[in-house]
Formats: sequence, structure tokens, C-alpha cells
Amino acid sequence: MTNGAFEVPAKGGFSFDNCKRNEMLLNKGLKAPGFLKTGTTIVGLVYQDGVILGADTRATEGPIVADKNCEKIHYMAPNIYCCGAGTAADTEAVTDMVSSQLKLHRYHTGRESRVITALTLLKSHLFRYQGHVSAALVLGGVDVSGPHLHTIYPHGSTDTLPFATMGSGSLAAMSVFESKYREGLTRDEGVKIVCEAIASGIFNDLGSGSNVDVCVITKGNVEYLRNHVQPNPRTYTSAKGYTFSKPTEVLSTKVTALAQRAVVTERGDAMEEE
Amino acid sequence: MTKEHANWSPYDFNGGTCVAVAGADYCVIAADTRMSTGYNILTRDYSKICKLAEKSVLASSGFQADVRALQKHLDARHLIYQHQHNKQMSCPAMAQLLSNTLYYKRFFPYYAFNVLGGLDNEGKGCVFTYDAVGSYEKVGYSSQGSGAKLIMPFLDNQLKSPSPLLIPAQDAVTPLSESEAIDLVRTAFASATERDIYTGDKLEILVLNKEGLRREYMELRLD
Repeated sequence: MTNGAFEVPAKGGFSFDNCKRNEMLLNKGLKAPGFLKTGTTIVGLVYQDGVILGADTRATEGPIVADKNCEKIHYMAPNIYCCGAGTAADTEAVTDMVSSQLKLHRYHTGRESRVITALTLLKSHLFRYQGHVSAALVLGGVDVSGPHLHTIYPHGSTDTLPFATMGSGSLAAMSVFESKYREGLTRDEGVKIVCEAIASGIFNDLGSGSNVDVCVITKGNVEYLRNHVQPNPRTYTSAKGYTFSKPTEVLSTKVTALAQRAVVTERGDAMEEE
Repeated sequence: MTKEHANWSPYDFNGGTCVAVAGADYCVIAADTRMSTGYNILTRDYSKICKLAEKSVLASSGFQADVRALQKHLDARHLIYQHQHNKQMSCPAMAQLLSNTLYYKRFFPYYAFNVLGGLDNEGKGCVFTYDAVGSYEKVGYSSQGSGAKLIMPFLDNQLKSPSPLLIPAQDAVTPLSESEAIDLVRTAFASATERDIYTGDKLEILVLNKEGLRREYMELRLD
């Protein structure tokens, strides 16, 4: 073993250094911290000239809304976007990582990225981590072979579908798609159905809420409609407003210098000689 | 075969938030009307507020099946009281009865978090706040339920209450006027609804004063 093997920084992947310790602490009754989950509604559908993706904008931490207006439609490539549900950090990290791999691949090949490439990179990463990277994704884009829409589960399985939903609001959204989707929708019809599906998730699923984000991808063009619908304004604001009492005032400040630093001199080999 | 039902629980949690504020000659009792389980909304229009006597109103969140059983029990006890004493129970008496009723089920509790609001014998507002097994305290204002941890600090900041240890005992009622108290409650619920997924849909406000009982509603976020 080379000297100082500990200090070599990891080349890539995750660090599992604390797994044993954490397991021990858990067994001793420590409560593990919760992670930011986007208990979400995300959807996508294929229409006559491309793909439309949709998402709500609520991020929750248990019963508390952690972010009222987060972005769940992530950029993958100029012609590919990806909606994420699950642990916010995982969806963000996994899409960013694949997005950079795609960019390097484009520099290497000089061609537009294909949706199937993104799909393969995502699923192989997720499969490798056996579902511990909790990202449930709806991947959509238009490439040289036409429009594509896929769903990817946290364990790495994938589907290829004309319309898809994911997240805790997936059933609410799917009920809209199942009753209204047909082949050859126009852009406006598609956007309307996507908004309706997301709204169904927002109102009927407590894990989803706030606004509707939409992303329309066509051959050579992307329309990212951030907060396309805002159906949940604040319902009441007091006319008189509120005042909050002043915080504790600082009455005096005193800085005390630290004691002079002690100088330690090595005395040499006294111990070793004996 | 013996462990087949090991995961079944007699309890559920239906969410919801209750608030009560007592003033010199009024009491405001409010609760949202959402009833939910897990990530599902069961109904957007379920009243958590129950009028137990002429001058006592109970608002409860927690497990609504237990809450309903508790309300029916208290109603029955109040009917017996009326037959025996030929008068309505006072709010402080109802407060003690509720505590006893909850403690009676100390080892299989009603999963109910209550706030009792009303007017005392002098017509002054009073609020009693409880835990699930009957520990209770007379306060000037209180909040219970899923949004309580969001609302209570706001109320504490706006309506500092005197210490209960002061001698002679200080009046716990808030210095606000009735309309100011209602405005405060509306703001508290609008804010709690922004951040608590179990609070929303509609706010039901009951106002008790010398004119009697008044009920009003306000829309909340539906998401």
C-alpha cells in the first residue's frame, strides 16, 4: 500500500465512507434527516410536431412546503429536456451529470444529441445504484429520428410512450391523459391537455402544488413556458400589514485578543534513544 | 397467520389546523375545512368545529373518526347535564369535562388535538388548549394541528401572553378588538396554507360574543 493512500481524492462516483458509522448510529436510535422530496406531478406527451413536457412547482419536506416555485423541467441538451420527481438532489445531480456527458459527446461527434443516448446514460447510472438514487424521470426531446418520450424509474427500467406521467400526482394526471389524449394533437391542444393534467395533480395530490411549467420541444426549437399557469395566488393579505417588535439590541461590543501563541520546539530524539 | 394484521393501525391522521383567540368580550374559533389522508384529499368541506353548548365551541384536528366519537360523547354528556341541572354547561366546566374524557382513554387515546373556545360566566373570552390525553391549560390564544407549528410563533409574536406564574394572576385575554382578532386569524391561516400541505380549501370562523354566535367563511388555497 502506498504511503498516504487515505489522502488521495476519489476519482469519481459516491463516497461510502460514512455508511458503516451511519448504520451504527441508526441502530443506536438516531433519527436520519429527511431529504427534500419533490412529491411531484410531471407529465409529457407526443403531439404532431414534437414533445410537450409539464411539471408542477412544489417541493416538500415531509408535510412542509420547502419551495413554492421550484423548477422541475431540467435542461439535458438543446433539443432534450427532462422532468424529475423524487429526491430533489438526485434528480438535479443525475440530469446535470448526463447533460455534461451529452455535451462532451456532441463535441466529440459534432452531431446533435439523440434522446436514446440520454436515456441509456440515465438508466445505466440509475441501474448501477439499484434504486438508491431516487430519481423518477420523464425524458422528452426531438432528434434526427423524430420526437421521443420516455419514462425512467429509479431502478433503471424505462418505457417508451406516446404520453407519460410520473410522481405522486401521476394517477391524477394520467386520468386526464387517458380520457383526452389522441394521436396528432396540435400544439395548443397539447399544451392545454398538459396544463390540465398538471392542474389535476396540483389540486388532487397534496405532494404537488403551486404553478404549471410547460416545455414545448419541436424540431430545432424549444419553448420553455415557466409558470405558464398560476392557479394558486395567496387568498388573503391583511389591509393594515404587520409589525414585528425590534430584535434584541447590541448594547456593547468588546474584542479580547487571544493569548500569545506558544512556540513549541522539537527536542530531538530523546525518546528514541532509550 | 398470527402476524397477518401486524401492520394495521386503528389510527389515521386527517390533518387540519385549529386556532382560537380570546378577547375581553368575544372569542374567535377557527379551523380549515380540508380533510385528508396521506397525499389524498378526502373532502374540501368538512367542519372541524363543533358547538357543544351555548358558550362553548370545540375545534379539533387529528383523526376525525376519533374526533367525531369524542364530539358525540361530549354532546351526550352535555344533554345529561342539562337534564340534571336545567341549564347550559359553562365553558370552564366543559373544559374540565373534556380533559376528564380524554384522560379516561389514557392508554388507548382519542387521537384528537383540541382547542376549546368560549365565554366564561362574566362574558369574557376564554380558550383552553389540550394534548391528546387530557393535559390542558387556560390561555389567551392557541393553535393545534398540522399547521400549529407555523401559526403558534406568529401568534406568540403578535399577542405576547403574560406568564401563568405571575401573582396575582394576569388576564390571559388578548388586547385586540374583535375585528382585529379575525383579521389576525385570517392572515395566520392564509400563511399556514402556503406552507402546510394538510391545511387549505376553506377557513371556517366562529365568533362568540354577547350578541351570540356568528359564522363566516374565507377561501384558502386549493392545492
